[in-house]
Amino acid sequence: MKKLATLLLSALLLLSALPALAQGGGVVNVFNWEDYINEDVIAMFEEETGIKVNYMRFTLNEDMMVQVRTSPGAFDVVFPSDYAIERMIAEDLLQPIDFAKVPNAENTLDWLKNPDYDPENRYSVPYMWGTVGILYDTTRVKGPVDSWGALFDEQYKGEVFMMDSPRDTLGVALKYLGYSVNSKNPQEIQAAANLLIGQKQKGIVKAYQVDETKDKMVAGEGILALVWSGDAQYAINLNPDLAYVVPREGSNVWVDGMVIPAQAKNPENAQAFIDFLCRPDIAQLNCEYIEYSSPNAGAIALMGEEYTTNENLNPSQETIDNCEFFHDNNDVKVLYDTFWGMVKNAK
Amino acid sequence: MNGRMAFPPWATALMLLALAAFVVLVVLSIRRNRGFRRTLFSFPYSLWIVVFTIIPLLLIGYYAFTDRMGQFTLDNFKTFWDSNFEMNKQLTQLGFDPAALGSARGTVNVDTLVYSLWMALACTLICLLIGYPAALFMADRNFRLGSTLVILFIIPMWMNFLLRTIAWMSLLEDNGLINTLLKALGLPKAQLMYNSQAVLLGMVYNYLPFMVFPIYNSLSKQDRRLTEASMDLGANPALTFLKVTMPLSLPGVVSGITMVFMPSVTTFFIPRVLGGGNTEMFGDLIERTFLSADNWNVGSALSLIMMVLILLSLSLLRKVDPEGEGGSMI
Repeated sequence: MKKLATLLLSALLLLSALPALAQGGGVVNVFNWEDYINEDVIAMFEEETGIKVNYMRFTLNEDMMVQVRTSPGAFDVVFPSDYAIERMIAEDLLQPIDFAKVPNAENTLDWLKNPDYDPENRYSVPYMWGTVGILYDTTRVKGPVDSWGALFDEQYKGEVFMMDSPRDTLGVALKYLGYSVNSKNPQEIQAAANLLIGQKQKGIVKAYQVDETKDKMVAGEGILALVWSGDAQYAINLNPDLAYVVPREGSNVWVDGMVIPAQAKNPENAQAFIDFLCRPDIAQLNCEYIEYSSPNAGAIALMGEEYTTNENLNPSQETIDNCEFFHDNNDVKVLYDTFWGMVKNAK
Repeated sequence: MNGRMAFPPWATALMLLALAAFVVLVVLSIRRNRGFRRTLFSFPYSLWIVVFTIIPLLLIGYYAFTDRMGQFTLDNFKTFWDSNFEMNKQLTQLGFDPAALGSARGTVNVDTLVYSLWMALACTLICLLIGYPAALFMADRNFRLGSTLVILFIIPMWMNFLLRTIAWMSLLEDNGLINTLLKALGLPKAQLMYNSQAVLLGMVYNYLPFMVFPIYNSLSKQDRRLTEASMDLGANPALTFLKVTMPLSLPGVVSGITMVFMPSVTTFFIPRVLGGGNTEMFGDLIERTFLSADNWNVGSALSLIMMVLILLSLSLLRKVDPEGEGGSMI
């Protein structure tokens, strides 16, 4: 009997000691988006530095933030989007990055060096960025597509895919009406929702979806779709009849950055990992795999013309200046969500 | 409004307590019996129930009756009745008069529930109309292929229901199999997907076996001599069916209705895939409230309301089939 109890006890002890062991030596706990890195890069980092990478994935900024709040010491490097970075800074969830240990962060493009979600550029290094725009079938559109108005045009009845995401879809409607994608004005948000409800009631919308859209567009299931630039590039690679445009009214430009949580157990290794991802050849590997835009000047130089001449991946500065970052909208989030519910259930 | 809270500390404590109690119970029972005894076999399952059913239920109850700060409130249920409730509260807090938006009561949540109930009812009815004759056909003892048909009904269920639903897309799409066929025959293209009918089709397809099997089970268990006796006494086949076969199969029907109606009401994912997210069902609403709207409190209240509804309909059905005879299959 005693033997069994001892066995149980020692097993329990061993179990509780395991995480401590894992976090003791050369480990870095990375928390990134689903399918958002070239897996070879992880192996290369482990080989070059001897630091073991514990790689974990998430699919929503909101879920990721809950994880960081509830187990603050579990992650060393996290990849939140712009407005999530802003939120995490406000909640004191992040620690400043020691840029002396991340020399490759120098490669960051100038316009991304002091982004307004991290104004003093203390907490984050950009990882990937992109825009929101319209992916369209050039063989079936009637006339040029350069305005969000195309998505609300009745001649495309039943042929438009919208995004099943309150922020993105309401943001586009706001932009079309001449407001900011970050509007906190209840009347503006309501006007945007009414525009979307009208669009739905007229039968223009085919479906609200996120991940399915790109493959549907490749298969010719719709004429116009609201998409992220990376998804657009993926679809265009598979179907050359498709094209992507950031409408003239302006749009949302987003950045996914790399940050270190305030209570990270291995900040040194985290900095080493971030620095590694900022190395031009590594940033190139990731960019070519993920097919979003790279914030890394060195990587862009390596990719050369193939990248720089691609308007989708490398929009002109004019286009970028016409776009806005999303900002943390916590105090009016319930407005966006409630109006979005009305859009989704309009008949 | 400080984002979502972590699990309340007592939930973690409860979880640890359950684990500790489990270990203690196992050790005690081994000591007392000087070895393993039968009661020991129930422990893994009891632990399972406690950790994965009872504690989560308590948590849902806790979240449903508290606000984000953990204070007791009934606001989450008011939000069910008036989907604009939370928004108006926040607007007032921001110093904006909600009346300026002209917003009366928001009916999104109630409408969604009503829509889900109608869809579930329609699905159950269609399943019954297709399922009963099918079960009758398969249970007929003069029909040799009956058991083969049963297997054929079961085979698709070996595959995950998500995959089966996604497979429907390639049939119903604009450039899908059916439309390609129509085009080849010179017929106009039909919009088969992204509407309520497609969702209903997906539901019937997925839940039909749950109707067929309980009915088949109760039909095939019936004593053949009863129908023979009925015929001997002069009843024609129709009368025999009405007076003997059908009443005896009622428990199976009740069980079938239960097993189709419950999952139908809580359907989610199918509306998103086949309905293109154009109309939400209650399950989708709960998912959106938890994830995208990031509101566990209202989400829990909605879940609680749904659970109560299901319990009510279950107890109603129990009245028809007090012995629960039909629930033997699956």
